[in-house]
Amino acid sequence: MSPLQLCLLFSSALFCIGLIGALARSNTILVLLGIELMLNAANINFIAFWRFSPSPSPATGVLFVIFSIAVAAAEAAVGLALVIAVYRHQKNIRLQEAARLKG
Amino acid sequence: MTGLAVQNLWLIPALPLVAAAIGALTPRTGRSLAAGAAIAAMGVSFLLSCGALVTALAHPAAHAVSNFAWFDLGASAFRLGWLLDPLTAFMCVMVTFVGTLIFIFSLGYMHEDVNAKQFFCFLSLFASAMLGVVVANSLLLLFVSWELVGLASYLLIGFWFHKPEAAAAAKKAFITTRIGDLGLLLGMLWLYDSTGSLLFFDGGNGVLEANTLGALTAHTALGGFALSTVIGLLIFCGAVGKSGQFPLHVWLPDAMEGPTPVSALIHAATMVAAGVFLIARVYPLMSADQALAHTALHALTVVAFIGAITALMGALIAVAQNDIKRVLAFSTVSQLGYMMLAIGVGSWVAAIFHLLTHAFFKALLFLGAGSVIHAAHHEQDIRSLGGLSKKMKVTFATFAIGMMALAGVPFLFSGFWSKEGILHAAHEWDVSHLPLYAGLAAVVLTAFYMTRLVAETFFGKARSHASDHAHESPATMTLPLVILAICAIALGFLGTPAFPWLQAKLLGEAEVHGHSLLEGAGLMMLSIVLVALGLGAGWALYGRKLRQKSTSPDPLAAAFPGVIAFLAARMKFDELYAATVFKLNSAAATFADVLDRFVWDGVIRFLARLGEFAGIVNREADEDGLNAGFDAGSKSLRGTGNAYSRAQTGDAHGYLRVIAIGFVVLVLVVMMGGGR
Repeated sequence: MSPLQLCLLFSSALFCIGLIGALARSNTILVLLGIELMLNAANINFIAFWRFSPSPSPATGVLFVIFSIAVAAAEAAVGLALVIAVYRHQKNIRLQEAARLKG
Repeated sequence: MTGLAVQNLWLIPALPLVAAAIGALTPRTGRSLAAGAAIAAMGVSFLLSCGALVTALAHPAAHAVSNFAWFDLGASAFRLGWLLDPLTAFMCVMVTFVGTLIFIFSLGYMHEDVNAKQFFCFLSLFASAMLGVVVANSLLLLFVSWELVGLASYLLIGFWFHKPEAAAAAKKAFITTRIGDLGLLLGMLWLYDSTGSLLFFDGGNGVLEANTLGALTAHTALGGFALSTVIGLLIFCGAVGKSGQFPLHVWLPDAMEGPTPVSALIHAATMVAAGVFLIARVYPLMSADQALAHTALHALTVVAFIGAITALMGALIAVAQNDIKRVLAFSTVSQLGYMMLAIGVGSWVAAIFHLLTHAFFKALLFLGAGSVIHAAHHEQDIRSLGGLSKKMKVTFATFAIGMMALAGVPFLFSGFWSKEGILHAAHEWDVSHLPLYAGLAAVVLTAFYMTRLVAETFFGKARSHASDHAHESPATMTLPLVILAICAIALGFLGTPAFPWLQAKLLGEAEVHGHSLLEGAGLMMLSIVLVALGLGAGWALYGRKLRQKSTSPDPLAAAFPGVIAFLAARMKFDELYAATVFKLNSAAATFADVLDRFVWDGVIRFLARLGEFAGIVNREADEDGLNAGFDAGSKSLRGTGNAYSRAQTGDAHGYLRVIAIGFVVLVLVVMMGGGR
């Protein structure tokens, strides 16, 4: 089994764990954690494809991932702020109960 | 003193107009400013008029004109202009002088009126319009000013418009004169149509000059009259209305409803003088048909007879009036009749002489009456006055002078000389002597009713509380009276038969040819006897046995109750017009009303119904056709929207689940090679 395949298997496993976490948990913070896991699985894919590509000399994959992490950090900040706002509003952070905007 | 050039003649009417504008623009509290502006403007206009008189007298035969183009009409220009000859100059001096005195008098008379500034504004407008009539060298310019005179008279007669009689009198004056003005307008249009010009004098092409007059007399209009006769009579219609001649005199007595200075201005200086002036001005046109033998009627003959009828009728009605101002009003009607008579018998100069002297002594009489009314707290009925000769010495003395001038007391008073000139001219008229007899009869009546007026007003004992407590008026009111009284005496000597200076200057003669006083002495003796008769009869009836109570019967009315009642009702002219003209007018109005209400209104209603029906059809089509389609469309849109909104549950887990399932399906499709 080549190192690339191993990396891809690892990232797929990580993605699935994140997906299950996001779907199964009702605590909003843990749902956010699951989403972060899925994002990191994608980042590992980026690095892996870059590292095992025919010409990995320009550090394009690394740069991409650094951008992605920065965006994810900003997203996490917004997400946590939303969670706090929701908490203030309904005194808990259960995702099922934050359904007031339904059509 | 240097003369005023004809180019600057427009200043004379312009100054009072400026004063009127100042009066109009000042607030109500600015009455002293408005009055000051009005009096100052009239004073300066008087000085300018004197300058114009100097210029005119230097060349009395010349008609100095200053014409200018008003607007272009195709290739030709429509022209207006100013005219300066002795007639204009004398009229200007008279109007501005009498006007100034009346303005000063108004200061005292209108002292308590809150609208005094408006009053001075209207007075200035009135004087300005009259001066415009006088200086115009174009019938059109004259007509414009003429109508402005009518407007100003309307405003002033109705000045106390809160009184219903005053408002009605103002309307009556305006509408009655408008009937005459229609004739004037028609005459003017016809004149323009046949000559192409409305300028009086225009270097040989004016309508009053020989070329044009020859062309006008050569033409024959309808009914065998010369064209100049028809046009002259139409223009005379305007003068009949404005100068209160029979049968349009009815407005003049009612005009007494205005403040007394207005009556003085209307009767002396401005409004009624305009008609006589107009006929004197267009005298060449009026007399152009005299040389024609074949014409059925001379224009001047009509003028003479209308004047004679008016003179006699006015004097007769004046005998039976009890309101001090109405007596004077009918005396004005009568005197204007004299003037028209004089023009009719061919002596427009005598008419203008009488116009000038009459302006002074009639202004004097009206202002004197104003002084009496002011002192007696607006008591105007002579039966309730009385005993004022001791309380109001200045007013009495000046009023007596005015009365003697009007009655024609011999030698000393101006009215005698000017009336004498008219009677003399009537005597020499070869068409008929009827106007002379009418004039002589009016002489007796004039002396009679003026004696009655003075005896009732000033002698005896006070017959009412108001006249008992009367006192002399302030100096602003008595000073004009004194000045006018002096003029009422002095003016006569400008035109005595021995030295007819005024007549010579008006006719444009360089030298004055005096006659012996003995020439025509028979007629003069006759008229002196008649004046004495009138005075004596008046004194015998009203002076010897003075009225004791305001309700005591009139001696004349006791003797001839029917006649006096008929005269007191002003010969029932108002009733006659109410029965004829008014009825006719209401019938025409009713007809028009019926036509309007049923015929035209029916058509309109039918069209409206048609429109309404079209609207209903439209609405039905809209509601059942178009709206149903749109309703169905929006209903299906709403259904779709509802279906979609049901998918938005607000459950974030649900969304994630869908995304995950979609992702798995996508991966499976890619793995199966379906993406390729």
